[in-house]
Amino acid sequence: MSKISLWLLFLAVGAGTFTLRFLFIYLFGKIEMPEWLRRALRFVPAAALAALVFPALTHPSGHLDLSLQNFRLLAGLGGAVVAWRTRNVLLTILIGMAILWTLEAVFGV
Amino acid sequence: MKIKKEFVQGIQGALPILIGVIPFAMISGVAAVSVGLNFWEAMGMSVIVFAGASQLVVFQLMTAGSPWIIMVLTAWVINVRFTMYSATLAPYLQKLSTWRKALLAYMLSDQAFGVSLSHFLATKEEIDHRWYYFGAALLIWVTWQVSAMAGALLGSLVPASWGFDFAFPLSFMALMFSALRDRPTVAAALTGGLTAVLAKGLPYNTGLVLATFLGIAAGYWVESLKPHQKAAQ
Repeated sequence: MSKISLWLLFLAVGAGTFTLRFLFIYLFGKIEMPEWLRRALRFVPAAALAALVFPALTHPSGHLDLSLQNFRLLAGLGGAVVAWRTRNVLLTILIGMAILWTLEAVFGV
Repeated sequence: MKIKKEFVQGIQGALPILIGVIPFAMISGVAAVSVGLNFWEAMGMSVIVFAGASQLVVFQLMTAGSPWIIMVLTAWVINVRFTMYSATLAPYLQKLSTWRKALLAYMLSDQAFGVSLSHFLATKEEIDHRWYYFGAALLIWVTWQVSAMAGALLGSLVPASWGFDFAFPLSFMALMFSALRDRPTVAAALTGGLTAVLAKGLPYNTGLVLATFLGIAAGYWVESLKPHQKAAQ
């Protein structure tokens, strides 16, 4: 990726994100968020984050791999237990990475 | 000028949450360097975007070689939640010039929203909500940038062989579980996740956007099955 498109990427993401943050503070009293939209938006984090997580575990090298040799799937399931119990980002990363490194060190080629 | 007491209270209110802000911001700095950004690019992005989850999403898509437009769209989708925060806080942040509203909006974060709203709902007496929010949001912003800077400096010490890219899905996993509150949100996550797996073969990572929309639709549908439970949320 060229330097120009990299900075354009930051600016595009930043401008859009700012608009999302600013819109309803600015428009308060002029327009309100419709109820159906508010209801739908509630599901965005769960749906979008799951859509990022699942394929990263099932397709570690681009193709579907549900075998026991897929260490990222196994480490990810371990991380899921930590995430579920603690909802702590740092702890999930530390334990998930530790499982991955252990599997690679013990069973890796 | 006398410092507003609400400003100080906002800073105090945000202090405990910094325990969560510091590591996440450092991770974003390490991650930026791990995908090949230099220090200035990492900090430029951190200041321009200032939204950790979406920054990590961009990094993950960079390592996957996704097209520019997919990175932008996915980051926006991840940040759509800010409209909810913005709509909820809007009544408290009024009677300000557009520039000041813009500054407060720019500093909006998950943590500033959580700290401020819970204080506003718990406080009976008249307070200047704008100053409380400003204090909390400013402390979180400064802490975030300093921690991200430390992460970007430390990042060059992390060897690529550690497989740090795996930290992206792991961090999304923790954020995802925080978003699972009831049956409809679980339905949204399962539908979004499974669709993304099945649609992995679609060109340009478009499966990601499709999966998000189907997940939202599933959550909406499951919620509408039990309309009498809506009041409980």
